[in-house]
Amino acid sequence: MTLIRLDNFSFQLGDKPILCDVSFDVSEGEYVAIVGPNGAGKTTLIKCIDRLLFGGTGSIEICGRPLHQYRQKELARLISYVPQADGRVFPFTVEQFVLMGRYPYLSPFSAVSKEDRRAVDEALQRTGTAEFAGRLLSTLSGGERQKVYVAAALAQGGKIMLLDEPTTFLDYRHQAEISALLSRINRSSGVTIVAVTHDVNQAALRSDRIVALRDGRVAFCGLARQIMDPDVLQEIYGTTLLLVDHPQADLPVIVPHAPEGSS
Amino acid sequence: MNRATVLGILMVLAVAALAIAPFMGMIDVPLSALWGAAEERGQVDVLWKLRIPRVCLAFLAGSALATAGMAFQAMFRNPLATPFTLGVSSGASLGAAICIHMGWTFSLLRFSGVSLFAFVGAMVSILLVYGLTRARQGFSTATMLLAGVAISFFFSSLILFLQYISDFTRTHRMLRWVMGGLNRAVDFDDVLGVFPFVVTGCLIVVYLTHEMNLITTGEELAASRGVEVNRTKLVLFFAASLMVGAVVAVCGPIGFVGLMAPHICRLLIGPEHRWLTPAVVLFGGAFLVLCDTVARTVIRGTELPVGIVTALLGGPFFLWLLVGRKAEF
Repeated sequence: MTLIRLDNFSFQLGDKPILCDVSFDVSEGEYVAIVGPNGAGKTTLIKCIDRLLFGGTGSIEICGRPLHQYRQKELARLISYVPQADGRVFPFTVEQFVLMGRYPYLSPFSAVSKEDRRAVDEALQRTGTAEFAGRLLSTLSGGERQKVYVAAALAQGGKIMLLDEPTTFLDYRHQAEISALLSRINRSSGVTIVAVTHDVNQAALRSDRIVALRDGRVAFCGLARQIMDPDVLQEIYGTTLLLVDHPQADLPVIVPHAPEGSS
Repeated sequence: MNRATVLGILMVLAVAALAIAPFMGMIDVPLSALWGAAEERGQVDVLWKLRIPRVCLAFLAGSALATAGMAFQAMFRNPLATPFTLGVSSGASLGAAICIHMGWTFSLLRFSGVSLFAFVGAMVSILLVYGLTRARQGFSTATMLLAGVAISFFFSSLILFLQYISDFTRTHRMLRWVMGGLNRAVDFDDVLGVFPFVVTGCLIVVYLTHEMNLITTGEELAASRGVEVNRTKLVLFFAASLMVGAVVAVCGPIGFVGLMAPHICRLLIGPEHRWLTPAVVLFGGAFLVLCDTVARTVIRGTELPVGIVTALLGGPFFLWLLVGRKAEF
């Protein structure tokens, strides 16, 4: 079943076109990575899919229904969003923050229901954040905080999770943990994932499909392994990239060029 | 201390402040004056016609300013936001200054001309901020803040201009008005005039506690979780501004309560708005009643503007809390 369908979607800020004629589908249970150079429109794209940015021409459909027909809470029950790291946080505890993910199920004066409690506990358990549930969000490290954001998105209980650069600025251990966590969420709970990333290697290893943007247009859309082709990558990034075979996976990966003159 | 205990203590303090404050003052009033059985008729009048309305007005004003400050701090994700950040007080002050400069003395529906002009001034500034923000699409927080600050400065210059060209007595009245205070002849009409604004405003803010929690974590995150961010901001803006406008029209711009009461309550009860909002309503009201009582009793024979007392009492108290706990901002 197609969960997200973009058909010739274009978006501009002021007179500056950001996205041009973007078309692709995401099916239920898929893990789709969105890659591309800086300023290609990746973040704008997922913000448009979650209607955090309004307007644009062409169409976006979620579960077969045009995006603009959804009420805000309806949409929030389908799609959760993990933003890029933001330094400014009010001093909420981890648990309070994750509980806020239950907003689309709350009415103004209602107390927290058993169902909300259960969803929050489960989200904390599955992301390995239960141990610091009582700590203030502002006292966590970047990696821990990112897991808490994913926990809140899980507690929200949607079919689709959109993530904006979930592993950027994290150390190797936390990158690996977050990537593994997302794969688990995708495989075992069937949550459809669309993640913006700069890490093409991780994208190729983890995701089912990759959509690459360049200058607001779809430069590549296909199976993850197909992007690992020097010509395709040259086309997307405008620079020559060096590929070597991964020692474990049957897939080439990108490695940095050695500095000139070294042998 | 858990949050329910803190809220309980604040409730007791608020009731105590409301009960005790009317009996404090230059003239001793026996308890029996409450049911009109005092020896001197004057004591009953002092209690019922002066002190009780004044204490009620102080409580309403304190609650309104503190609640509006909290709402703006959440809405702008900015701990320095106050009820006056968006120019409501300078609008009101300009209105009052115009009325004083012209020397108009009248009253309508038993409100003084200065109060009415101040209220109109507050409304004008609210509508200007709204209109300017609206003119640039999207209702962005940054535009709103800039519009508010710009209008604030513009009106302040006009007030200075009026002060400069007015004669000495009128300039003095303007300056005195801008200091804020509850020592104008307060009666139950003032209380009844402010009451509906404050109650409606506070109820709307209470209704939006979940939304304020989410907006403090970021507008996009809030929207992705189902909050209609622009509508919420618009409703909060009007609810908070209208109650502040009504309060400022009667009391003048009383500083400090709106900035610091929410912070003091955050230190006491945490940032979760479902607990914070009732705490702020109770604390803001009780705090201003206390300050006003101090203002009218500390120097025998005269009254200090309450704005001086709020900062003198509240500042050290806030610093004590800030140093005593590992505060997070």
